[in-house]
Order: sequence, then C-alpha cells, then structure tokens
Amino acid sequence: MNVTVREAAAKTTPSRLRDKGAASRPAIVDCDIHPAYRAPTELFPFLSARWREHMATFGEHLRHGLSGQLPYPRMMAAGMRVDAFPEEGPPGSDLALMQRQHLDPNGVERGMLMPLSKAGMEERNLEFAAALASAVNEWQLEAWISKEPRLRGGIVVPQEDAAFAVSEIERRAPDPAFVQILLSPRTSDPLGHRRYWPIFAAAERANRPIGLHVQGYSGGHPSTPAGWPTYYMQEHYAMTSGMQTTLMSLVFEGVFERFPALKVVLIEGGFAWAPAFCWRMDKHWERMRKETPQVKRPPSEYVRRNVWFTTQPIEEPETPRHLGDIIDWIGWDRLLFSTDYPHWDFDDPRYAFKFTVDDDKRRMIFRDNAKALYGLG
Amino acid sequence: MKVPFNGAIDCDLHPAMPRAPDLLPYLNEYWRDQFVNRHIDKYSFVLTSYPPNSPLSGRPDWRAPSGLPGGDLDMLRRQALEPFGTRLAICNPLHGAVALFNEDMAAALCAAINDWVARELLDREPRLRASILVPPHNPELALNEIERVATDRRFVQVLLFAMGDMLLGRRLYWPIYAAAEKLGLTIGVHAGSTYRFAPTASGWPAHRVEDYVAQSTAFEGQLLSFLAEGVFQKFPALKIVLIESGFTWLPQLMWRTTKTWRGVRPEVPWIDRPPADIIRDHVHLTLQPVDAPASDPRALARTLEHIGSDRMLLFSTDYPHWHFDGEDVLPEGLSDEAVRRIMVDNPLAAYPRLREAPAIGAQAAPNEETVR
Repeated sequence: MNVTVREAAAKTTPSRLRDKGAASRPAIVDCDIHPAYRAPTELFPFLSARWREHMATFGEHLRHGLSGQLPYPRMMAAGMRVDAFPEEGPPGSDLALMQRQHLDPNGVERGMLMPLSKAGMEERNLEFAAALASAVNEWQLEAWISKEPRLRGGIVVPQEDAAFAVSEIERRAPDPAFVQILLSPRTSDPLGHRRYWPIFAAAERANRPIGLHVQGYSGGHPSTPAGWPTYYMQEHYAMTSGMQTTLMSLVFEGVFERFPALKVVLIEGGFAWAPAFCWRMDKHWERMRKETPQVKRPPSEYVRRNVWFTTQPIEEPETPRHLGDIIDWIGWDRLLFSTDYPHWDFDDPRYAFKFTVDDDKRRMIFRDNAKALYGLG
Repeated sequence: MKVPFNGAIDCDLHPAMPRAPDLLPYLNEYWRDQFVNRHIDKYSFVLTSYPPNSPLSGRPDWRAPSGLPGGDLDMLRRQALEPFGTRLAICNPLHGAVALFNEDMAAALCAAINDWVARELLDREPRLRASILVPPHNPELALNEIERVATDRRFVQVLLFAMGDMLLGRRLYWPIYAAAEKLGLTIGVHAGSTYRFAPTASGWPAHRVEDYVAQSTAFEGQLLSFLAEGVFQKFPALKIVLIESGFTWLPQLMWRTTKTWRGVRPEVPWIDRPPADIIRDHVHLTLQPVDAPASDPRALARTLEHIGSDRMLLFSTDYPHWHFDGEDVLPEGLSDEAVRRIMVDNPLAAYPRLREAPAIGAQAAPNEETVR
C-alpha cells in the first residue's frame, strides 16, 4: 500500500522535483540499516532448547523499568517511518520491502546491518546474552546476507563478557560477510576500562573495526550525569553526550596507544560535537598530563587516526554551510553516510546535506570512505 | 590577549572556602555541638571535583606558599582583580556542603558560608559580589536560604551544580526559579558533581581529567532539561549562566536540538519557537576555560559565528583555576566590539543586580541598547 502512495505521489510531483531514479544517482554505502524480526520466535532456530524456553518464560532481563517497551515512547509509530511497515511484522523485517523502498531506489551498493533488538548487548544474564548474540549473528547470515548480497553483517558481541566476545569474534572473523564488530557504547564501565581490552585485541587481530551504535540502557547508568531525562527529546540528545564520553574513555585509558591499529566507528551518535570535544580533551589533557601518562599525544590525534563517524541524524545548522567547517575539522575522510532505515529520523541521501558539497567529497562520504574502512570490494 | 580597558566584570572567581572551624561562629548552638562532638569540624569539605593540589585547581604562580589557592584576599586583589582592570567580580563558593546527604546539615552549612562570604569577602572588598550557596537537593530549604540572603543586594546569583540529584529543569526545582525571577537573581550552574550518579552514561571514569572533560556533557543535559521542561516559558525573565565548562560545544547542541524539536514538537508543545532562539535569549556562558585550539584562532572565530550571537559570553578568569598563563585571559581573534560585550555589556545583561553597582568609567560604559 505504501508503494502505491509513493507511485501516486510521483505522478503528481512536478518534474523538476521528481526522483530521477536510481540509475542516474551514484551508488552509496549505507552504514546503518536496521533489520528486525517478524517475531522473536524468528530467532528460535538459532537458539538451543534451553534458551528457547528461557526466552519464552523469562524474556530479556534489562536495566530499566518497563519490560518489552521503550521507557521513552517515540513520537510516531514506535520510532519507525510510517511508510516502512510491511503487510506483517515490524519495519525492517521484510527484505522485499527494504529492497523496494530503500536499497534499490537509493542506489545502495552495500548496506551495514545493525541488529539492535534481542541481540544480547543489554541482557543482564550473560549466558543468555551469549546465546542471543550467537543466534543474532547466525540470523544475519541466514535471513539477510545469504538472500541479499548487498548487505554486510556485524559480529554482535555482549560487551560485558569479554571472554565470550573474543571467542565469537574469532569464530566469525573468517567469514567476509561480517565486516565489523558491534557492541554497545552504554557499557557497565566506561569502554576504555581494561576489562574490555580483550575485545579490542581480538578486533585488531581480526582486522575489523569496532562499531558502536547508540542504544538503550545497557549498563544501567542514567543517560545524563545528573539523572534521567523526562522527555524523549532529551533522551534523543543524551545519546550523543554518551558517545562523547565513550570516546573520552577510549582516549584517556590509552586504548589507542595499546591498540594503534584499532578502528572505531561511532554510529548514529552525531559528529558535529567532535571538533569542540577534541579541543576540550586536548586542552585539559595538556593541563592534567601527569595523571594519564599512557596518553602520549593530544587526544585529537588519536581521534583523527582511529575514529570514524556515521552521518545520520545529520546536524542541521541554521546556516547550512557551517556544517562544512565541522567536516573540515574532522576530516572529509572520516565520515560515513548512513540512513538509519527504517527509523523515523531516516536521512535521505538526496537531501541529507543542505549545502553544496563537491563531487569528490560527496563520493568519499557516500561511498569511498566506507569501502576503504570496511575493505568492501 | 590582554584585557584592553578597565571596567571588566569577572563572572567566575573562586576565593578559597573557610576551614570548618572558621564557620563555627556562623552556626547555631545545635550545629556547633554537632560539628565539635562528631569531629565534623575536622573535615575539609573539599569537593571531589576540585582537589586542591590538582593543576586545574590552582595556577602555579597563583598558589601561596601555604594555604589553599585563592585563600588570601590581598593576593586575590593583586592577581585576580588588578591585572584585568576588574570593576566587579562574582565569587562562586565551591564548598562540599552541597554534597552532604543530610539536608539540614547542608542547609546550615550553606547559610554559614553565605554569611561568612558577606562578612569576610564582600564587606572587605567592594568590588566583590557573590552567589548564594544552597542545598540543591532540598528545594524548600534552598528557597528559605535564597529569601534569607537575597536582602543583601551584593548576592547576585543562586549557585547550582551541573551534576547533582536530578536534572535541573524538573518541576521540583521551579520554586527556586520563581524566587530568582522575582528577586532579580540569576541562576548559575557551575561545573562540579555531587556524584549522585556516574559522570558518564557508561559509568565511572578512572581519571580526574575525564570527570572534568565530562562536565560539558552534563551541561548539555542540563540545558536540554531547562528547555524541554519549559522553564523558559514559565519564567520568561529568568537568566541562566553556565559556568566553567567551555562554550565551543554550544553550536552543535543548538543545531541538533532545533532539528530534533521539529520532529518531536507534539511531545513538548510549550516550546513554541526554535530552541536555538530560546537558548540565545536566556542563556549565558562564562569564558574560561576556552576549549579551542590556541594555535588556530580562526577555529574560535568560526565557532563564535556558529553560535550566532555576541550576547552570550561572559568574561571570567576562573581564578585561581589554571586555564591560561600570564594576563592573556582573552583568546586571540575577538573584535573590539566582541571584547566589550564579553567584558561589560553581557554580564550586565545577565545579572540584573550588577546594574545597581555605582556608575563606571566612560571608557567601558555599557551600550544601553544591549543592556535590557
């Protein structure tokens, strides 16, 4: 039905505004696509009887007060594009619709899968978390990548169980379908702490970037250092504050000194904060250097060397070209285009950048940076 | 660069807090007993956010051979007021009273400190003004203290902290804002934590430098809280000053929040115009620390353009904290006009009570149009 609406709209749209079709647009790499299950039972084939029964009887055990729903209700359709609902199941659960609505018309040459729900990253029962993560990884292969060669997976690991995470990384790493390692930035301890280092070592050995996608309440700490926000509007913003302090922890714990080849991708956490936050880290690192001798260079140098950012939801200055200053400071080679399909704040590749970006830079952000980072053929 | 004229208004100055025994005369008999019998008078009441020997807490050439940084009024005059041609300076008391869990003890100590500040600082140095220290975890007690102290017009602000018990926009705190608006007091939110929660959304960092860096993210959360809860609609005359955590993070917050607001307006229908415009009208930020690359003044100039207003920044030295060397308190690349606004006009606009101070020299006279 959505397709019908779309086609009807196309017929009545003035020709200069009409979508010229995928063939006339350059191919893109979309670094943030969310696949979903039609129902949680879709994972059952990849879970043992013990965990199937556990899931049915006890369900997920998370660190917030509402079970099976968002504590900050979204503004529309549970945070989904209203036109992305298939005939049955939630948005993102129907490959054919995803192809028809997103991959084909937007010229997606490669799409990075970002499975968030029931992937074990937030689960308190670590054995269940491990079972879920393995199941989700298997499911990515069977339900998505084997059927759609444009998609690539992420090795989901439950970050609080580093030993299991390492074994899962080693098990999946030979498969080129998995191009990165996914864990939650909302860890129980700041991500730079040593308990997480085995994961970084495994990532370096496997030559896969670590992808940190903003998400819920994994570690249970309030999303601001002064407690929980009241409104979704605040919660939406707080995700980027959390991304800043996660990056801070990686820098000040010396992770990038210890693992110089580690690559970190900050996904859906914004990027316009990065220059000012790096200036702030540099300034106070210099003043407090004696406290952190493991940090041998200004923090901004590690960020420039080891960190990438996805673009969605792209910041929109009142004067659009101001965003160009930000990207000049971050580096045009560090941004990876993403849409967040099928979520409500989806960025359309045609309209995401509201100022003129020359073709070379466009190609970098929309395609070449991701291909180089993830080694995509 | 150095300050080019006399008449500056320094909006963040930290005289050392008195030791607990010096506060005994300002406590009533009950609390004097409590302090002495329980040896509470032997505690330092140093905030974890400001360890006195840390490089951030005291510039080396501003430290006395003994005692706490900022602990000598003559030194403060010589080091913090005279070099910058300061006409007025607002003292922000950083005292551990606010981190106590006992709300009554916190209230008694805050009152003692406010009285000590009036006697030992404001009475002795007419250029000084002060913020009112309140027990932030009990708005009723805070309100009592505000009303008690506000009769002294040299108190120009209510001091709250960036990381406390709850986000400050919550309605529980609104009586404080109603009183501040009525009494012509500004609400100052200062860096610092009472550590009720971890300083980051993913827990407790290992290092003090991380706690300090993370302060700016707490300010982001606070600004969103004031905005989303509708504080600026409810109290249209209220001014909020964000103190000692930089300002270069502000443009991206305004961009992102204004964009998000377009998508979430039905959730917060009282926000009736773009958040960036509301922030520019109600919020000020103190200058130090200037979190921008000293080696590239153009970056700061671009950032100021991104902020889109020259009315927001307030001059501050953050004395005796160490953010700059020598007398180069102003970053390079500011226009003469911007300097005058930062040094004089903007502070007068942010603090209604500062406008009551005796007239100042013609050289730095405020631009009437900008001081509404």
